[in-house]
Amino acid sequence: MSISRRTLLKLVGATAIGATAERFISAHADTSTARILSKAVGAGKRLSRKKTAQPVRLAMVLDLRKCVSQLGCTKCIEACDKTHNIPDFGDSKDEVKWIWKEPYENAFLDQENFYLTDQFSNKKIPVFCNNCNDPPCVEVCPTQATYQRTEGIVMMDWHRCIGCRYCMAACPYGSRSFNWRDPRPFINDINPDYPTRMKGVVEKCTWCDERVDQGLLPLCVEACPVKAMTFGNLNDPNSDVRQLLKDNFSVRRKPGLGTSPEVYYLV
Amino acid sequence: MIEHALRGGRGYWIWLTFLGAVILVGLYFYFKQLNYGLGITGMSRNVSWGLYIAQFTFMVGVAASAVMVVLPYYLHNYKAFGKITILGEFLAISAVVMCMLFVFVDLGQPFRILNVFLYPTFHSMMFWDIVALSGYLVLNVIITRVTLGAEHKSIAPPKWIRPIIILSIPWAISIHTVTAFLISGLGGRPFWLTAIMAPRFLASAFSAGPALLVVLCFVMKRITGFDAGNEALKKLGLIITYAMCANVFFILMEFFTTFYAGIPEDVAHLQYLYFGLDGHARLVPWMWTSALLAIGSLVLLINPQTRNNRRTFLIGCIMVFLSIWIDKGLGLVITGFIPSPFGKVIQYWPTAPEALIVVGIWALGFLLITMFYKMALSIREQVEA
Repeated sequence: MSISRRTLLKLVGATAIGATAERFISAHADTSTARILSKAVGAGKRLSRKKTAQPVRLAMVLDLRKCVSQLGCTKCIEACDKTHNIPDFGDSKDEVKWIWKEPYENAFLDQENFYLTDQFSNKKIPVFCNNCNDPPCVEVCPTQATYQRTEGIVMMDWHRCIGCRYCMAACPYGSRSFNWRDPRPFINDINPDYPTRMKGVVEKCTWCDERVDQGLLPLCVEACPVKAMTFGNLNDPNSDVRQLLKDNFSVRRKPGLGTSPEVYYLV
Repeated sequence: MIEHALRGGRGYWIWLTFLGAVILVGLYFYFKQLNYGLGITGMSRNVSWGLYIAQFTFMVGVAASAVMVVLPYYLHNYKAFGKITILGEFLAISAVVMCMLFVFVDLGQPFRILNVFLYPTFHSMMFWDIVALSGYLVLNVIITRVTLGAEHKSIAPPKWIRPIIILSIPWAISIHTVTAFLISGLGGRPFWLTAIMAPRFLASAFSAGPALLVVLCFVMKRITGFDAGNEALKKLGLIITYAMCANVFFILMEFFTTFYAGIPEDVAHLQYLYFGLDGHARLVPWMWTSALLAIGSLVLLINPQTRNNRRTFLIGCIMVFLSIWIDKGLGLVITGFIPSPFGKVIQYWPTAPEALIVVGIWALGFLLITMFYKMALSIREQVEA
């Protein structure tokens, strides 16, 4: 009988060391407890990579070469904002955003390089939730209001969220937004097919999980005029995303933090 | 027992009425916040925790510091602390209540707070912090109720209370350790990502907390004639001095590691805090005030002559308290968010409603401490008479 990772974490968590157990196991793989645990989950050296055993691990590949050629294009952002009822407060303090643009240098802060090619220097690139494989936001949430689907998408239950914003402190990518005030009066044209949020809860990009369930692509992927974004299953060697990653050099944002971000930027 | 807190002179009632008024002002602004949302504060998408969580962090330290009187008295049978141990425990209760309120007012959806218990999440440090704080509150309520109750009846406290008191000692350490884990376990916030966070929290707690207790003892001496005893105050002074030395030492450790290693993302935070970054320096004057107060307090406390002089000792304690209040109750939490994960400096400053809510919670803390101390001292007076 195999134990799922969730069950295992619950067991370990009950002994009050849940948060560190995973790291402990990978760091001390030769201790007997760790041997038993890793045997139970059938893991190799690193437990955190174990989820690749799932048949589907969704990922996004963003071809920056195509993207930056469309200077000033905001089609992906517009499509997302309009459908997901993103409010426009007109100030950065209350701002809610799921996908937006940042200068390349800021998005890849830890890869400081003063001699960037003209292609990327001072160019703004789209950033959004990385839907990490090991999401720190899910780890810290005290109510499991933010959780992970088996396909990897990091979800948000707006009805359970208590608004403590611990997830925002934990996210290394600044991907989460909080409703500092009632967003509804600031939504230009409410889309009745998607929920609006209330004040006091956190929200984020979920790669259009509602569309994925219907077999549709995320809106940003569909909206891109140059087809710079590709969405698919990382665990399928024949998928488009895998083919792109095989043929092109890719980078991820802050991979050194161990969060396993699943947005791959082709440069 | 509680009836003693409901009997008092004119001055007592004027003070309580004043505190009650300040609490009402805080409550008024809390209702405004509830109506408008947390946007009424200075917090933003980038600086998503502010004065509430910073003050929470500071007060957990004050709560934990009770262990500095409880441990010598109960574990080492240090009799000189006999008069002030109960005061330390009451200070802990008041501080924990303040902590809980600081977290509560920080919630975007406070009415859903019970979700924390409905969906207990063992891998969340927030869950453990709430468990630790609630447990500590319960322990101290039981301990003070039983020990003071026994004193009231002039009998020895029951034997079963001792293991509970002993349990409260590691528990006190745990509340501040878990509070440190709350922020020191986040890989994406290099400013907090330091194994020294918990030791630093404990050192600052064990200096600021007893310093507050000393100040309260001096105030009580003036108002009620209560004398904590020279020996007890001297011993507290020594504890504060050592803890403050450790605290300043730990802060200097952060400076060395950060600036010598020179990792840009680490440097940026400390630079913003003490020197300013990209022309933004809102916290700089505060931090240097804190640093000067820390140095000044060490001069007054390390030197035996000034430590043993009541006036300079009191000044030293006030300096310790203020220095750590700025360092931990303002700078430490806010600077974790500045610069942002995108390297941008977006500053924070509390708004008036936010500050008044904080002041309201402080007033409630003072109200509790006043009533608790009044009760404790009245019972003592009655027993002695």
